[in-house]
Amino acid sequence: MKDLSAKNVGMIYDVPKGEPVHALEDVNFDLRGGRLLTLLGPSGCGKTTLLNILAGFLAPTSGEVTLGGERIEGPGQDRGMVFQQGALFEWLNVEHNVAFGPKMNGVNKEAIKPIVDDLLNTVGLSGFGDKHIYELSGGMQQRVALARCLANDPDVILMDEPLGALDALTREKMQGLILKLWRETGKTVVLVTHSVEEALYLGDRLFVMAPRPGRIDRSYDLPFAEAALGMEPRELKASAEFIEKREEVLSLIWEMEEQIMGHEGA
Amino acid sequence: MPDFDPDASSPSTAWLKRAFTGADSTNARKTVTFGDAAAVRSLPLWSFLSFVLLMAIWYVVKIGGDDGILNDRTFASQKDTWDAFLLLASEGYRNITLWEHTSASLSRVGQGMLWGTVLGVPIGLAMGLSSKLRGFFDAPVELFRPIPPLALLPLFILWFGLGDKSARNLLIFASIWIMIIAARAGVRTVNLSKIRAAYSLGASKPQILWRVILPNALPEIFTGFRVAVGVSWGTLVAAELLGTSTGLGSMIFQARNFFRIDVIIVGVIIIALLGVLMDIGVRFLEAKLIPWRGKG
Repeated sequence: MKDLSAKNVGMIYDVPKGEPVHALEDVNFDLRGGRLLTLLGPSGCGKTTLLNILAGFLAPTSGEVTLGGERIEGPGQDRGMVFQQGALFEWLNVEHNVAFGPKMNGVNKEAIKPIVDDLLNTVGLSGFGDKHIYELSGGMQQRVALARCLANDPDVILMDEPLGALDALTREKMQGLILKLWRETGKTVVLVTHSVEEALYLGDRLFVMAPRPGRIDRSYDLPFAEAALGMEPRELKASAEFIEKREEVLSLIWEMEEQIMGHEGA
Repeated sequence: MPDFDPDASSPSTAWLKRAFTGADSTNARKTVTFGDAAAVRSLPLWSFLSFVLLMAIWYVVKIGGDDGILNDRTFASQKDTWDAFLLLASEGYRNITLWEHTSASLSRVGQGMLWGTVLGVPIGLAMGLSSKLRGFFDAPVELFRPIPPLALLPLFILWFGLGDKSARNLLIFASIWIMIIAARAGVRTVNLSKIRAAYSLGASKPQILWRVILPNALPEIFTGFRVAVGVSWGTLVAAELLGTSTGLGSMIFQARNFFRIDVIIVGVIIIALLGVLMDIGVRFLEAKLIPWRGKG
């Protein structure tokens, strides 16, 4: 598995008639291949910007990001992307959405079919292949998005608030699916979330990011994603250790929010 | 009908009540009905009643024939109109059958729409995808679009002569701006996430154009197509009054010179029916080709 690294990454947006915005300043990390990193922080901390830089959708104004030592210059199939919503192709049914990647690469139909069937099975959508996207619930749509991104067998899966639009119950189920996929495929995952609980539960590594300028404020190595293997999610989330971490991270983010408020009030 | 009896009327007349009032099981328990616009639909029975009313008015104004409310030089009776239709269908008017007039008109609309779409959609897509091309085409599109096509008919007759060529080119002019703007709007509806997802899945630029941008723009393009068909049909019939010797418009114009009101009315009814049929056809295609429209 390839390591994902950022060296002195900075991102400055020029604002017409205003001060340039430091969306990211001096971001450095090395993520060993096969880990699940969650990015958490208040709005404006640059977590989505960082994810877009890793995906190759944005070029940083300084520094570089590398995958397996190779500099990321643009979008590529080695990095699959799952968006919050609206990224599935409504004009294709479920099967053809999942088959999109291999098809674009000229894989022949007979070879695509088993890939698609296997992935639909993995995400729990067997038998839904001929359904249209608009016939599916939000949770099922995100299952399709996961399957579609896995079809090209990427090294890294990047997720931009993938569960943000789902109701609480569906969200818990989908968290389980993401953990299952991560373990079964052994892929590197980077997941942006607004939810402290989700960041702690899913991440075996967590960056809490801070705004103005956007940066990594604290980095945690977490035991919960591993522990979830033999434990009920509810039980885990109710454990003393989990609650303690949650309070710690929450107060960290509260402090940041209060600083922002103070800053804006001044 | 378990559990449904909006007004405790007897079961045998319940269907009649529903046909008149539109009350059904989903709306029966609503207490707020006036202003509930989403629940308003077209009740077929009332459409039928208005049609019967129109036919009745037509009948009444022609009671007494030439001595009726409208005389024969102003309006034809239903019977005369029907006879004229049978004559037009079999022998034709001035040696040209109704079918020949109709097919001439339809083929002009078909050709105009074909070329208007084939030329307009790529220009619209290009305008939606490139700031340079957007700038380049903005001037002609914004300048030519407001011109009523019929204002150009005298020029087109000078350039292309009387007949098919003038009519077809006029219809291209009538439809192309609508198609350009529709395609341009269609491109703008694309969610950047879709484009980014496609790149991450290994799609090339042509694949993204063909497999993401174009299908994504289809609903808008279809809306434009429907509008353009309506505009073309209206423009054509008017253009045929002057510019051609065949076509429904031309038939009406010639009939006017001989005071054949009955032939004029047949022409008008056929124009109306074909307009309705075309709209139904485009809507049917839309349901078949873009079932995802307006869902999710």
